[in-house]
Amino acid sequence: MLQLRQVKKSYAEPDGGRLPILDIPLWEVKDGEQMVLVGKSGCGKTTLLHTIAGITRADSGEISIDGINIARLSEAGVDRVRANKLGYVFQTFNLLAGFTALENVLLGMTFGGGRRDPKRARHLLERVGLAHRTHHRPTALSVGEQQRVAVARALANRPSLLLADEPTANIDPRNQQKIVDLIRETCREENVALIIVTHAPEVAGQFSRVDKLEEINLVRADAPPLEK
Amino acid sequence: MSWFRIALRSIQQRGVASLLTMLSMALGVTLVVAVLSIDGVLAESFRNNASLGYNIIVGAKGGQEQLVLNTVFFLSRPIENVPYTYYLEFLKQPERDRLQRDSYAARGAEVWRETAELQALTGNLGLSGAALDAVAAPIEQSLVPDMTLPRHPPVELKGRHGKYGQMTELAIPLCLGDFYGTFRVVGTTPALFDDLVYDIERNRKFEFAQGRNFVWRSPQHGYFEAVLGAKVASDIQLVELHLNVAGNAAARALVTERANWSRIDERDGALVVALGQGTEESDVFLSLRRLQKDAEEGKRQLDDEQQQALTALLDPGVVLRRSQRNVTLGDAIAPAHGEPGGHLHQRKFTVVGILKPSGTPNDRAVFINMEGFYLMEDHAKPVARPKPEEAAEGPPLSESEQRAQMAEDRRRQQEVERAADPEPLPAELREVTAILLKVDVMFAPGIENYINEGQQAQAALPVAVITRLFEFFVGPLKRVLLLLTVMICVVSAISILVSIYNSMSERRGEIAVMRALGAGRGTVMGIILLEATLLALGGGVLGWLLGHAGVLIASPWIEEHTSVHVGFLTWTTLPTEMLLIPGLIVLAIVVGVWPAISAYQTDVAKSLGK
Repeated sequence: MLQLRQVKKSYAEPDGGRLPILDIPLWEVKDGEQMVLVGKSGCGKTTLLHTIAGITRADSGEISIDGINIARLSEAGVDRVRANKLGYVFQTFNLLAGFTALENVLLGMTFGGGRRDPKRARHLLERVGLAHRTHHRPTALSVGEQQRVAVARALANRPSLLLADEPTANIDPRNQQKIVDLIRETCREENVALIIVTHAPEVAGQFSRVDKLEEINLVRADAPPLEK
Repeated sequence: MSWFRIALRSIQQRGVASLLTMLSMALGVTLVVAVLSIDGVLAESFRNNASLGYNIIVGAKGGQEQLVLNTVFFLSRPIENVPYTYYLEFLKQPERDRLQRDSYAARGAEVWRETAELQALTGNLGLSGAALDAVAAPIEQSLVPDMTLPRHPPVELKGRHGKYGQMTELAIPLCLGDFYGTFRVVGTTPALFDDLVYDIERNRKFEFAQGRNFVWRSPQHGYFEAVLGAKVASDIQLVELHLNVAGNAAARALVTERANWSRIDERDGALVVALGQGTEESDVFLSLRRLQKDAEEGKRQLDDEQQQALTALLDPGVVLRRSQRNVTLGDAIAPAHGEPGGHLHQRKFTVVGILKPSGTPNDRAVFINMEGFYLMEDHAKPVARPKPEEAAEGPPLSESEQRAQMAEDRRRQQEVERAADPEPLPAELREVTAILLKVDVMFAPGIENYINEGQQAQAALPVAVITRLFEFFVGPLKRVLLLLTVMICVVSAISILVSIYNSMSERRGEIAVMRALGAGRGTVMGIILLEATLLALGGGVLGWLLGHAGVLIASPWIEEHTSVHVGFLTWTTLPTEMLLIPGLIVLAIVVGVWPAISAYQTDVAKSLGK
């Protein structure tokens, strides 16, 4: 489903040098597989997710999603893949404040070029337990409810892969498990592969596959900058 | 979610800022609509005025602008007059012959013919010298009692077309100089309403809301009929006094004599006196008191019945009630000579028709039969009377003799003015202020040149003069106003730019989310541009509605001052207003481009946060 091959990513430094972040020889996630990615702060977890999503372009290497190497695609092509194949759940939810819960979910279907399906959007909101909150704006929802809307939005375009970047970090412990369960269950129901980045051992402990970024990434967190 | 919905939500989210931005744009568009409407009203007014149904105005030598302003708009003062015989040169033979029948020349020719016949007859009878004069003189006097006649047949006046007669489709004379209230009184012929198609495009003649056109001579009112323009009829208010002297014939006669009245009749048990325009109740009673004083001083003899009637009229309770009404059919109007508030002619004209509003200056004029116009005091051209043959070689008339002659002339004119059914004024004593000519467009420039080269008159092409005046006065003003309003729109557009641009920093997160959800750079750019367009169009529509609502509110005032009817939509400006839509879209896109590029360049990874 997802395959990274020889993926390298570095950032430019103010002094003109480049700071290597990622150097991943090979990394794969299978169809419908659910896994956790852990690692120290600043080791490049979010960069990896952004690179997989095409939000950040890799310096080199191949990133194949459902057999499509997005590294070779134009920016518009990457946008299309992101719109059709990927779902993204953010730590800060990133719901659009001016839109209702339903509209936020519909927004997830807007850019893929496919049919906007209000019925599915309602179904997803019902699935995440918010059937009664469809017309509420994010400010009228609790933190847990906001994240559930974000999960529904991420799944709206029937993605193959859901990327969740610390989805429980801003949620109280009582609701953390509910969110994790919700994400896992809905991904399972929709046959969506799942990569969760988390710092929480209790979350990581529930997954059969837990990858440490330091183990798949040749760049160590304390690696010196590359020479100019 | 469509782009439209996304842009709309974004506008809603910044409600107050969006509203203020839209109001700013609305203000600009309101002003644009107002300026366009004003221009439309002026253009319509101009069109109405320029759509005259005639293409040349002939008048006395002077400024063309003055001739046109005076003739078409009834503004300014008449330059001078041209002889009636000059007007006859624009008529075809039958009409020209008919109108000359009342000339001294024609009458003189008739006398000459009859004298010749008489001479032949009296020659056969052996009459000559004093005996012949004794027979001929009464015949002359019966024909023209007040003038010495030429003793030769003026053959050149008869039996031909007027010089321009065959090229002229229609010639309508106008005689100006009198007023009814502040409205111009125009002496003319029935052709102005019977024959003139003033709106050629829509084939429209002046129509009557009430009554009919005046006729050359009516059995009921003689030459003294009038037609009122719509505005005159709606504006002129007459005071009605209901006097407690019903059935008192002597009182009615005194009021008829002493008051300037428009109508006197009896109804509801009272003598109802509609006072003439501008006359007040106090004027009537002042005049009656003066009569009483004259009677007391023996200057005026009143019989018992009259004295009783006068006493009844001066009784403090004589006025039962007062009311006001518009001037209407059947009212008698007395024109004021020379200027508004000038002395009133004794001759009254009966209103027989009221015109429908036409949107032309004719709405603001009173039209009277030209034959009646000539029979009013001071309207006959002063002509030098030929001296009697025996006095031709004698000393010139002394000053006192001249004064006596003038007084005699005046007395005769007053007699004519008082006469119930006077004869038409001879052609030689007539003048016209202007002649409206409808000629074939091919002949118009030629006729204009020919007339202007002559010594007697000038010709003006009114449409050309009006266009020149319109452009001269209104053109620059309109351009300045439009420029100002366009500037306001540009400022409003910049406020849209500022509003959206200021929101960009807080919106970067939203844009990044949309990008993360798969929106391309072009998509987010398009959404921003759409948002700018919606703000501009929303403000534009609001401004358009406000502008037209303002025009609608002002429409009674506009109609009153220009005779142009405007509704919510001014159809003449609609095509121009339609340009506002693409104009606003272009403006919105221009000002939206900057924030749109900023959206385009948003760094998604940085702006997403976690």
